Amino acid sequence: MSVNMDSMYQQIILDHYKHPNHRGELADFDAEVHHVNPTCGDEVTLRIRVADGEIADLGWTGEGCSISQASTSVMSDLVVGSSVTDALQLQEKFLQLMQSQGHNDLAEDETEALEDAIAFEGVSKYPARVKCALLGWMAMKSAVASATGAGDKP
Amino acid sequence: MFDVEVIRKDFPILSRQVHGVPLVYLDSANTSQKPQVVLDSLTDYYTRHNANVARAVHTLGSEATMLFEGARDKVARFINAPRRDEVIFTKNSSEALNLVAYTLSNATTTPGAERFRVGPGDNIVVTEMEHHSNIVPWQLLAQRTGAEFRYIPIDDEGRLVESLIDERVDERTKVLAFVHQSNALGTVNNVEGLVTRAKAVGALTVIDASQSAPHRPLDVQSLGADFVAFTGHKLYGPTGVGVLWGRYELLADLPPFLGGGEMIETVDMSGTTFAAPPHRFEAGTPMIAEAVGLGTAIDYLTAIGMDQVQTHEAQLTAYALDALAQVPALRVIGPSTPVDRGATISFTIKGIHPHDVSQLLDEQGIAVRAGHHCARPVCLRYGIPATTRASFGIYTTTSEIDTLVAGVIKVQEMFS
Ligand SMILES: Cc1ncc(COP(=O)(O)O)c(C=O)c1O
Repeated sequence: MSVNMDSMYQQIILDHYKHPNHRGELADFDAEVHHVNPTCGDEVTLRIRVADGEIADLGWTGEGCSISQASTSVMSDLVVGSSVTDALQLQEKFLQLMQSQGHNDLAEDETEALEDAIAFEGVSKYPARVKCALLGWMAMKSAVASATGAGDKP
Repeated sequence: MFDVEVIRKDFPILSRQVHGVPLVYLDSANTSQKPQVVLDSLTDYYTRHNANVARAVHTLGSEATMLFEGARDKVARFINAPRRDEVIFTKNSSEALNLVAYTLSNATTTPGAERFRVGPGDNIVVTEMEHHSNIVPWQLLAQRTGAEFRYIPIDDEGRLVESLIDERVDERTKVLAFVHQSNALGTVNNVEGLVTRAKAVGALTVIDASQSAPHRPLDVQSLGADFVAFTGHKLYGPTGVGVLWGRYELLADLPPFLGGGEMIETVDMSGTTFAAPPHRFEAGTPMIAEAVGLGTAIDYLTAIGMDQVQTHEAQLTAYALDALAQVPALRVIGPSTPVDRGATISFTIKGIHPHDVSQLLDEQGIAVRAGHHCARPVCLRYGIPATTRASFGIYTTTSEIDTLVAGVIKVQEMFS
């Protein structure tokens, strides 16, 4: 079946769902978080390593709907290797996109910065699914907070 | 003659499109669509007769009262109630079930209502396939009274484990509450067996008929229970109206649920005496227009004939079970044969989350429900997060079931 253009399920989303990136458990990490989305029963466990203000590595495991799993994969691609500041800024942008109810009001350069994550724009029209798309991003945010906040390893 | 194509013309919403394709509405267990006559009766009520009931002596007031009480007569006939004053209007099934649970605990402190008392050492029994509306009010009653909350488990096919009924329902059981037809599994329970056991131990019986009233003839006398609850919006009527039927001799001795206008006999500052049933249980201005609309829906169904409805849906169920059985990696959650089961079919598809399935079906114009269907214990029982559920009604056609099956196969192709 070809995906219709206004489908919530862009090909990028399906591709990431079938072949997720950064999936797996990190052996060496600074923080681990576990987030759940009660509507779909989606779950993600995410580990992160931070060095010199950068997200040095990130690994996640989880199960749930394609939106939650693909979004976590896309997020991982975007933030691994970037500075913590940039990652958190990107998270803000993605959150704004998800709250846009189908009317992306990000500036052009902000939209570009989101790269593949822009494929989730259609999800913002479905309030019930927004939490799915945000799951991995929220987990990343709180993992960063606990990795940089306390500063000591678990 | 039952002709589904003629029936479909009565439902204006069925001719709309979603995402550029014709709507295939397979979510009637969630709420049914409404025929034009019901919509017209709401407009007619507000356009010509609107007034408050039971209080106004003017012409509109008596017309409104006659229409509202006329709806009660229609409900009474529809369920073969021995008396019209056994029919209590509530806002939905949930309120009807809560009404029973709260009046039972109110009985704890009401002189003359001793026989209803529930307390420590007593127990309240439900089944594992209940809707949350028939679980939570009883858990709360158990908490308020110190009684034990129990349930009868279900087996792998989604049927009650009948061999455990006698153990779970014992001499200390005060209430046995169970669903007639499960909204999550489609299972139709053996009412007779359950009621017989409850009667033998002196327990009150409460039947949640939310999912049976729209689909089969309902006769409260032959069901033999003490209370029967159902909801108008699943019965082709408006939202905001439901029904609790109760045996008169029980209602007559039960204390009120909510206090307010219309439920009293006399009020002074030293105390209040209460109206007779059903008004004792209907505090405040009721859902007049909605009750009238429900009455119209009942007229509409009666004209078609509930036995015709049942036959039509039995055919759809058999057809759908066969068709879905052909889909690889699809597992039906609930009885796999059409015997003692209704036209509500839950399923899972290997490797694809139910929310993805239902969202992608929606993109093809097919409305189904995904989730735990307010019966989370059922999902826990089968170790699944959720199911996709297709449910049928009087207007459902076999070609819509074909569309569903084709839609599911498309979803599988996208994910393969
Ligand atoms: C079996 C069953 N019981 C109770 C209810 C609750 O109905 P309502 O939400 O109208 O109170 C439903 C419907 O959601 C149901 O399917």
